[in-house]
Amino acid sequence: MLKTLAYDRPPSVKLGDAPRGDFFAGGLEYNPPARGVWNIVHTGMLIPECHEIFACAQGCLRGVILTAAEMNAIERMSWISVSEQDMFDGTLESDVVEGVSEIIEGLPYRPRAVLLYLSCIHLFAGCDFDIIIGQLSEKFPDIDFSDCYMTPTMRKTISPDAKMRAQLYNALKPVDIDPRSVNILGNDRPTDEQSEFVRVIKENGFTLKDLTACRTYDEYLDMAGSAVNIAYLPTAKFGCDELSERLGTKALYLPNSFDYDEIRANMAKLCETLGIACPDLSHEEQAAEKALAKAAKALGDIPIAIDFTAVTQPFGLAKLLVEHGFNVKYIINDTLGEDGAAFDRLKELAPDITIFSAVNVNMLHFPEEDHEHIVAVGQKAAHYFDTDYFVNIVQNGGYYGFTGIAALAALIEEAAEAPKDRRKLISHKGIGCESCL
Amino acid sequence: MKNVSTVIPCYAADTSGVCSALYEYGGMTVVHDASGCNSTYSTHDEPRWYDKRSMIYISALTELDAVMGNDEKLIEDIVSAAKDQHPAFIALCGSPMPMMTGFDYRAVAEDIQHRTGIPTFGLETNGTRSYVSGASMALKALVKEFVREMPKDSYDGLTYNILGATPLDFGLTGTVESIVKEFGGQGARFISGIGMGSTLEDIRKAASAKVDLVVSYCGLAAAKYMEKEFGIPYVCGVPVGNSRQLRECLSEMERSARDGRSSLAPVLRGKSRDKKADKAVIGEAVLAGSIAREWSLLTASGVDVICPPDADEEYIADKKDLPLYAEEDIKAYLRENGIKTVIADPLYRYVVPECCGLIELPHFAFSGRCFARNMTGLVGKDLRALWGIK
Repeated sequence: MLKTLAYDRPPSVKLGDAPRGDFFAGGLEYNPPARGVWNIVHTGMLIPECHEIFACAQGCLRGVILTAAEMNAIERMSWISVSEQDMFDGTLESDVVEGVSEIIEGLPYRPRAVLLYLSCIHLFAGCDFDIIIGQLSEKFPDIDFSDCYMTPTMRKTISPDAKMRAQLYNALKPVDIDPRSVNILGNDRPTDEQSEFVRVIKENGFTLKDLTACRTYDEYLDMAGSAVNIAYLPTAKFGCDELSERLGTKALYLPNSFDYDEIRANMAKLCETLGIACPDLSHEEQAAEKALAKAAKALGDIPIAIDFTAVTQPFGLAKLLVEHGFNVKYIINDTLGEDGAAFDRLKELAPDITIFSAVNVNMLHFPEEDHEHIVAVGQKAAHYFDTDYFVNIVQNGGYYGFTGIAALAALIEEAAEAPKDRRKLISHKGIGCESCL
Repeated sequence: MKNVSTVIPCYAADTSGVCSALYEYGGMTVVHDASGCNSTYSTHDEPRWYDKRSMIYISALTELDAVMGNDEKLIEDIVSAAKDQHPAFIALCGSPMPMMTGFDYRAVAEDIQHRTGIPTFGLETNGTRSYVSGASMALKALVKEFVREMPKDSYDGLTYNILGATPLDFGLTGTVESIVKEFGGQGARFISGIGMGSTLEDIRKAASAKVDLVVSYCGLAAAKYMEKEFGIPYVCGVPVGNSRQLRECLSEMERSARDGRSSLAPVLRGKSRDKKADKAVIGEAVLAGSIAREWSLLTASGVDVICPPDADEEYIADKKDLPLYAEEDIKAYLRENGIKTVIADPLYRYVVPECCGLIELPHFAFSGRCFARNMTGLVGKDLRALWGIK
């Protein structure tokens, strides 16, 4: 195991000693080879019939273009490279307008929408994005242009991921509201159809709309008519609030929790908003308990490592598992998210859990150290703990509520039983997207 | 517009060139950037990332630190990481944001070296130029720092270094090993691979070689430096194909070692001068030029060489290359010059005219991982079958 005490900036801390907020001193960062998390390219491609155009320096372009290439979508992306000269000759805006125009006129198809991404240097140079969007909209009135941002330097203000999940819905304009229609916003995969969350909406006669299910641009535009917008991922909340305010519809944030009381409270809130009776969830709760008990028995004392890319509430999941007899020993996470209450409780329950940084430079050789046999939840955990026994999901994998807990318990059990092709799976960029690899 | 592409990718950037060139030597390379550079490099530009660890990090630059010019944070972070990781050297390069803020790489590198006692060099990349530029400055810096004048190797035969090989041009196809094996069979002794295929200890002995073989423009600046400082001449070329080009390349290196004159002799460059070309190769100038020469010899026809990755004019002043970069320019050139067949990366299929054939040759610096499984070494191989020549 890592001899963290010898380091100037140790990459691990015992949960019992961990502060709320950032667990580690900031510094240089390492990038582990686990590629399952979606980026802004994957997310933007969810809009049917849209074309993505990136304007930025070659170094920044490279990653986004090859993301599109690997997901077999290179024909839906174009770019304008920005040179040193462009930054200082006063042509920032006109270069983008001319470049986008040339691209659109040269495309073999007419996109319904263009997502135009500018980068850190544009914002830093005071580029007027409104003028660009205005001129392009005037020139191509049949195309919806959305201002999008690849601005990692500004990530402490708002993460590019959260901003992207907001800009996704830019083209939605106020329309007549259908009180029987509900949106799920900002997720990158469909929500499990078997979840109590989806069932309660559909079984009460509501239409559930979700960008991940849209096949045409018109279906996407129809989302504007939903009376209620729901987000359950932390990075989707900002966009949900913003869209709801713009369209005058209701916003609901129902975080994907592993806490039974919060799950019930979320469902009550949903039902109250929809004006329907809240169902009795005891059957679902019992099923979750049963699945957890079965998995706990199957795993026995096998240590578990959980990373923050697999679930949005890693401390919440750890608390649930510890309470059900699992041997959770490690959590990979740099900053406390929305599961602060679970973090506090877990500190009392299992203060010896070790939290590892996902990016600390001293994690570079961690996979080569001697590790006990571990079951990992998430790709980064699988990489760092050098295990082929892992749950291969990101962002909760589309699971939600009690049914989500039962599904996750089954996945953990399955992970413990059979090894996976780790190299292949974690090299695949954006779980759920196509890949040419 | 010259800087617009409807569909094909751009080449790996200068920052990736730096990281790739320095990967194997036990140094620590820091890209001053928010987050994207390291992810792009480690995912798309570095095939060694999964299996072979290297201390390549980003500074995690934030808006506040950029605006406030908080260089001290970067320096402290690097000093801390160096204390923990004990690198043989530290290289600092950067992305567009430091360019915007006027970041002083040399001054910061000096400061870090002073505080750590570890050789440190600042490389002024900015993410707007190609990997050739970045790798070129990195290899030159490496040579300047670690190669010192020393007596020539006592071996009677030819001794040589290979400069400029990185996975960005050659993938993990064992090109350096193949050259060493083939040349070894002819009695030439390999001293070091400056780019890949050696250790830092090997590189320290580079000045004992009699000649340098430059296999891409990534190695040209370092070769020119070694020519000037140590009197070691260089020859540009990759001995692709079977024995003929290998023998020619070797004999050119022997001639160069004897008379001290450098050359680009075994390489075709730019537009074919001998006869009108109906074939073209697109790629990095030295490798593409070597492929073009072999193709030209095998088919007795003219072959043009188009090299989109920009290289520093300071080192290639004769303007004989055809540095077409824009998608529209490449398209127009192929169409207007009656090119019938092209050897290029598979993603060039989007710009090759319908009437023009494409022989696919994956180039990691262009299509990244997409076709990496199809990359193949070209040294010591009969390429007729590969290129469909009867």
